[in-house]
Amino acid sequence: MATSSIMESLFQRSLDDLIKAIRLQMIGESNFISKSLEEIRKELKSTDPQTKSTALEKLIYLNSLYSIDMSFASFHVVEVMSSSKFSHKRIGYLAASQSFHENTDVLLLITNQLRKDLNSSNEFEVSLALECLSIIATHDLSRDLTPEIFTLLSSSKLFVKKKAIGVILRIFNKYPDSVKVAFKRLVENLEGGFDQPVMSAVVGVFCELTAKDPKSYLPLAPEFYRILVDSKNNWVLIKVLKIFSKLGLLEPRLAKKIVDPICEHMRRTTAKSLLFECIRTVVTCLTDYETAVKLAVEKIRELLIDEDSNLKYLGLKALSILGSKQLWTVVENKEAVIKSLSDADPNIRHQSLHLVMAMVSEDNVTDISRVLLNYALKSDPQFCNEILGSILSTCSKNDYEVIVDFDWYVSLLGEMSRNPHCQKGVEIEQQLVDIGQRVKEVRRELVRVARDLLIDPALLGNPFLHRILSAAAWVSGEYVEFLKNPLELIEALLQPRTNLLPPLIRAVYIHSVFKVLVFCLHLFFVRKHVTSSSLDGLAQGMYDLDAEREFPEGPSLVRRECSSASFDCEQDEEFKPIIQNITGEELTIENGGENLVAFEQVSLSTSFAKDPSNHESIVGLIDLIKTALSPLSGSDEVEVQDRARNVLGLIELIQRETDGWLIQMEDSFKGGKVKALKMIEILHGAFSVKIGPVLRTSQERVPVPEGIILNDNLADLDSICGDILSPPTSAFSMGNRLFGENYGNSSLDLQKKEESEPSTESTSLLAEHRKRHGLYYLSAEKTEGMSNDYPPPNDLQSTVDIGDGTQDLLKITDQSLSSKRKPKHSKPRPVVVKLDERDEKPVSSVKPLKDSEHDQLSGAVRNILLGEEDTSASSLTKPSDKSTGKRRVKELSSKSESRPEDKLGDAAPEVGGSSSFRRSKHRSRGKEREKSPKNNDENKEGNSQKDKRKSHQHSRNRTRHRADLPLNVVAQTPVIPDFLL
Amino acid sequence: MGIRFILLVNKQGQTRLAQYYEYLTLDRRSALEGEIVRKCLARNEQQCSFVEHRNYKVVYRRYASLFFLVGVDNDENELAILEFIHLLVESMDRHFGNVCELDIMFHLEKVHFMLEEMVMNGCIVETNKSNILTPLQFMDKS
Repeated sequence: MATSSIMESLFQRSLDDLIKAIRLQMIGESNFISKSLEEIRKELKSTDPQTKSTALEKLIYLNSLYSIDMSFASFHVVEVMSSSKFSHKRIGYLAASQSFHENTDVLLLITNQLRKDLNSSNEFEVSLALECLSIIATHDLSRDLTPEIFTLLSSSKLFVKKKAIGVILRIFNKYPDSVKVAFKRLVENLEGGFDQPVMSAVVGVFCELTAKDPKSYLPLAPEFYRILVDSKNNWVLIKVLKIFSKLGLLEPRLAKKIVDPICEHMRRTTAKSLLFECIRTVVTCLTDYETAVKLAVEKIRELLIDEDSNLKYLGLKALSILGSKQLWTVVENKEAVIKSLSDADPNIRHQSLHLVMAMVSEDNVTDISRVLLNYALKSDPQFCNEILGSILSTCSKNDYEVIVDFDWYVSLLGEMSRNPHCQKGVEIEQQLVDIGQRVKEVRRELVRVARDLLIDPALLGNPFLHRILSAAAWVSGEYVEFLKNPLELIEALLQPRTNLLPPLIRAVYIHSVFKVLVFCLHLFFVRKHVTSSSLDGLAQGMYDLDAEREFPEGPSLVRRECSSASFDCEQDEEFKPIIQNITGEELTIENGGENLVAFEQVSLSTSFAKDPSNHESIVGLIDLIKTALSPLSGSDEVEVQDRARNVLGLIELIQRETDGWLIQMEDSFKGGKVKALKMIEILHGAFSVKIGPVLRTSQERVPVPEGIILNDNLADLDSICGDILSPPTSAFSMGNRLFGENYGNSSLDLQKKEESEPSTESTSLLAEHRKRHGLYYLSAEKTEGMSNDYPPPNDLQSTVDIGDGTQDLLKITDQSLSSKRKPKHSKPRPVVVKLDERDEKPVSSVKPLKDSEHDQLSGAVRNILLGEEDTSASSLTKPSDKSTGKRRVKELSSKSESRPEDKLGDAAPEVGGSSSFRRSKHRSRGKEREKSPKNNDENKEGNSQKDKRKSHQHSRNRTRHRADLPLNVVAQTPVIPDFLL
Repeated sequence: MGIRFILLVNKQGQTRLAQYYEYLTLDRRSALEGEIVRKCLARNEQQCSFVEHRNYKVVYRRYASLFFLVGVDNDENELAILEFIHLLVESMDRHFGNVCELDIMFHLEKVHFMLEEMVMNGCIVETNKSNILTPLQFMDKS
């Protein structure tokens, strides 16, 4: 036996051997590792402790550097831990702290071992156990070992005491009851200890505790204050400052007290870390103290102009914390901030961008956005998108509250889309649609911007822009009445390169064609009708107007419903039934409808530069649509096919109703057309009701009809229609509006296909159309000549170099921030439609700036907050319970053994009582207490402490008077001592 | 909890030391190491030493071929962590004498013990070099 173990250890590979061997393995490292793992498994089973511990040592190495699972060895770890030899034990403990966790089952076995080592006379063994415990302690371990830790907290050996303090944090977290036992000892260490290591450990623990629940630690403020003033150790000071930045927010008088020492540190220290911590404390909790803020800003400026990028970064960071409360500080440093916009470090650029955006106001938003946009053109793609993103989010904040000139903003969005790096498709899409719905006045400009985007074939090649194009298509279909030239738009929507679009967006395109077509046909029919059937409609129209007004109501209700679900996907399906319903009633509407049309016609016809309503152009239009969409009616994509068939179906229906008149001469427009006219009218009526913005919560308000049982999950759907669902899932993706980048790839393929095979049919048709409509193809040829690339970025801007850009920005912020002039806006800010929580109808508010509380978003947030406040208030009572627990311990141990239980009982009924009642009660209680401790104190030592305690109690009453804070908890929390006043 | 993890990584991105102060599964550890190392090693000397990653930040510093990466909570003082890294390097330097990557590789456990002296529960408890090193020397003797 003995010989075998000697042999084992002789021939065992040591850790060094293992490391060397791994280093020699150029390839097949993993092979080698798994081989040595086999070895280790065998060696672990050895009876020789030396062999075993060496094996474990190797395993630790592999575990920490090569992520090899070592849970299989956990029992051997316990064995090695209990070895009598220190060098083995050490390895065992290291292994335990590296691999054990909450669910390790052998943890149950080590309690006694740990207890034994914690009680050991060898301080190194104690420290091993403590260190290990600080990483692996569980609830049970903490509970069982609390007494040992408690003893060690007052150990005479600093080395041990320090570590016992280090471990206490974990014990508290895992087993809160231990607070009752050990908290007092911990506080004693804070009060008494000036031994540096103990101090930094104990302050570290309090720093962590305070971060979780600052209120409970307010009574310790005097101790912390003493450290803040006296300590010379920067590590300790930093931690204490962190504690104060939490406490200072809770207790204004405390903040007042600490301002001076902190300023003193700021002036005196040479350590940048301490300086920065002071600055951070000032900007987080001392913003009310002008001198401190001024000093901090001064120091921040020094950081900002420092060569060291670390300091620069931190300076910007501090400034952004401060900027949210006091904007002038940012403005004062804007030069440095703007300069950092062109820093080499993306993190610094990000911070400075954040600050620049903080300076945006109603007056300078145009200029800052302009300069930033130019700057974005020259930046690398990532930062460019960061810039675009922050412009988008800043401008859209609180329902576009900084935007006055929406025409400008919409054209800015259009310009952003043309930025070659732009990847903000989703955001821009969302805003284009949102603005269209909310701001009526901007629709004309919006349609113009949309048209410019749609008409450019180059944009179709960039998958990132597809979402924007989808929005543009929707906008131009929805607000078709503002179109200057509908024919041109239809051509743009049907241009051959649209096959690069993902199917769902293509469906939006085709649906927009549908809307535009209905619009054109309507206009055309009305013209004809008016000319052919005299003008007697007009007079009657005025008479019947009231009746007509109700006509759009029917479809509008339905539309509102379907828009809340998904406005551009489900409309069609919704529409068919409506049409049927209405055609049933058509006789009643007939008169009214005609008159309405006649009435509208006057205003519409004037808005057209190019008259789309002449016979020829309509025929051409229908021809174009038919040729472009017929191939799509057989498309594999459900959505595309569906839309295409809808349009074609409409055309067929119209042609049938008019007896093929559309191909014949004009004169034959008589008889039978009335029906077609009516059809178009109904469709037009439906489309002309505008979709408004929808409240986020509106879906929830739809009551669930009685008798409907809603399943929580649709798991059983598989069993019901598994066969149907299993084939290609893509067919069922219509609800999915997240087109991934994979569409980009597929569209690239398509592009290649398009280029390679001269699709005979479509190109010949194309040529035909080209002959027929000069205008569009002329302009398209220009861009076609430039191949598929994007248009070059705006030329005039590329001449401006970076320096100029930032210079401009400087000037702009100068003008609009320093001088408070209010530029006169050429036009008043248009009305932005907002939604009120209580009312589902769109409500327009003229003063959105102040009314933003009623905005849907903030309303929702408020709901959440209010909801949470309830829960948080109730959850707050828990820590405060804990804190009273702590206090009780403190009082118990210090002197007033009088009646801690009573006191708790007292505190309870106070909660919620009237403040005056509470006050008087405190006062009387204070008097009582003042006496009682005195009596008790006589027979206790610690006179100096007694005074302090007494003063604590004085102040306790006084602060209670003051702290009639809204939260009930305050009544229970410990209170600030005298010296703060 | 202050410090969440300490990583030593060489220029090639190989981990040389990994100490975690919160429990993560092995998979999550290696995923995290991969992400962070890629992020930090891509940065150059002129850029600042702080990287925000998910809900915490990484403070890193490069010494010769080794990167010292420390993951900390968001309100931790970055500059203090930089000083901590420097303290760690100085302590190792004093212990090994002109420390290099190989020293750390072959004496990984010693570096672990050194860290145990300096950090407990993610809190920095000891900042005095001789306090850090004396226990280590005692232990080596025993």
